[in-house]
Amino acid sequence: MILRQVSFSVEDGRFLAILGNNGVGKSTMLKCLNRILTPAGGEIQVDGDDLSRLSGRERAQRIAFVAQSVPSIQMTVHDIVMLGRRPYMKWSFTEKDHVIVHEAMDRLGVSHLRGRFLDQLSGGERQKVMLARALAQQPKILLLDEPTSSLDIQNQYQVLQIVRDICHEKGITAMVVIHDLNLALRFCDQFLMLRQGEVYRWGGREILDRQALKEVYRVDAEIALVNGYRMVVVD
Amino acid sequence: MNLENSPLESERDATAYRRNQIKSVTFLIALFAVLLAAVLLSLRAGSYNTPTLELIKGIFNRAADSKINLVVRGSRLPRICTAIIAGAGLGITGCVLQAVLRNPLASASTLGVSQGASFGAAFAIIVLQMGSAVGLGMMAIPLCAFLGSVSVAVVILGLSRFRQISPEGIVLAGVAISSMFTGGTTLMQYFADEVELSTLVYWTFGSLGNTDWGDVGRMSVVVLLTGAYFIWNRWDFNALLSGEETATSLGINVRRLTLVNMLLCCLTASMVVSYIGLINFIGLVAPHIVRLVVGNNHVYLLPGSAIAGALLLLLGDLFARVAISPVILPIGAITSFLGGPLFLYLLFKGGRRSADS
Repeated sequence: MILRQVSFSVEDGRFLAILGNNGVGKSTMLKCLNRILTPAGGEIQVDGDDLSRLSGRERAQRIAFVAQSVPSIQMTVHDIVMLGRRPYMKWSFTEKDHVIVHEAMDRLGVSHLRGRFLDQLSGGERQKVMLARALAQQPKILLLDEPTSSLDIQNQYQVLQIVRDICHEKGITAMVVIHDLNLALRFCDQFLMLRQGEVYRWGGREILDRQALKEVYRVDAEIALVNGYRMVVVD
Repeated sequence: MNLENSPLESERDATAYRRNQIKSVTFLIALFAVLLAAVLLSLRAGSYNTPTLELIKGIFNRAADSKINLVVRGSRLPRICTAIIAGAGLGITGCVLQAVLRNPLASASTLGVSQGASFGAAFAIIVLQMGSAVGLGMMAIPLCAFLGSVSVAVVILGLSRFRQISPEGIVLAGVAISSMFTGGTTLMQYFADEVELSTLVYWTFGSLGNTDWGDVGRMSVVVLLTGAYFIWNRWDFNALLSGEETATSLGINVRRLTLVNMLLCCLTASMVVSYIGLINFIGLVAPHIVRLVVGNNHVYLLPGSAIAGALLLLLGDLFARVAISPVILPIGAITSFLGGPLFLYLLFKGGRRSADS
């Protein structure tokens, strides 16, 4: 068993960073939240609904997931984003689906790529397309598994800024598994630290202190203020 | 951060997407038009040099010469319809198997379905000695071939259901089972007499000329019903391209999708192979040809693979009939002989394109 006694709640519109060292179960937790993996016990509720009682389609209408790796697909950006409407689709897509897809592409700034195949795009562009697909699902919760791990610094900032803005604008709750603590401190407003398969701490930026970094990551580090932003500086 | 485009850019981008859609639809229409042309060519191919208009009239039993009506309706048209239905079935099942197993080399023959059919046919001819049976006994070979290929499907599905093997594992299991059934067939051949051996070898050559309208009807029902189900699932196959986790997060039961579609593919391919014998490469090559133009979107790829499969088998049959007329070459050998180089060409073309991009 990787995770046990994990209990926390997140309010609408929050951007939660899931932190912890490698193999602690961050991605597993994300996948349990979305029932990609089935937890052995416990309950996950969204707006009071128990997720295990919902059908796959109903769950996909509430929770969207962006995986760590973006496969190389010979399908147009428009069609990839259209996949986000699959949980709402009957025989075919409606005009409303197309409008939502266009809005999602515009919001992520990938409309100009809509006629191109995904495998012709850069890593940053692909990640934005996948975010647009997730946004087209019109979810209440957005789960992101290390979305910035293969991006350059410009794309890392762009992607996380877009997610934060979406959370604030649309009241979507986002949960991101992330290793870069400075990016997390910059963009997220809630933090969940895992240690040895359990929740070590959860709360605001204040939970990341010298003691937490020592006990979770086994490093001596302090939190410094640089240009008004909190940064982790390893001793 | 400015992510917005100018109206001019947006218009250009929308045009690019529409152009892509138009290209895909045009390709499918063109493919269908070539198929119709191949039907006419196939209708003309034969020892009678009959005007095309008379042949078309013959389809509706309206040709001036009653012999033409008889040749068209009794011989050439069932052959053409068999090629179209069987080719479409093999093409679309190849496309679906490649999607659900996430493997571009997947097809009915890769999974061992054809080898299972071969084993079944060998069992009927050599063990049950039904090679020269008449009446209902004539059904023994296609029936045993069907049971042979279905048994392969059952073993593979059983393995994936109870041993929880991955899509890659399923393809490898198919290779192992193929090898087993090929060994079994060879063993039976070892103990067969000359007549049984030649009957079996003739069956494995594959033939489109042994089916009647009843066979065409039965194949059509299966291919049309499973084809409709595959097209119903077109967006689920698209979602699978994004990976199993993403597909699950989109509300798809990936395991059920894989198993049900594999079962239907095996049933369709078994049905086809049991009637026309071993036809390789159609299911493998047809989706790859269409993919070169329309990409991986199954909205276009599924119907395209069906049309391309029908076209390839019909052209293969045409070649087999006219190459050294009046001798009709075995269709199974022709599709393998021409399909191999075609697949190599697609492989190198695809490789070069990847390197270029």
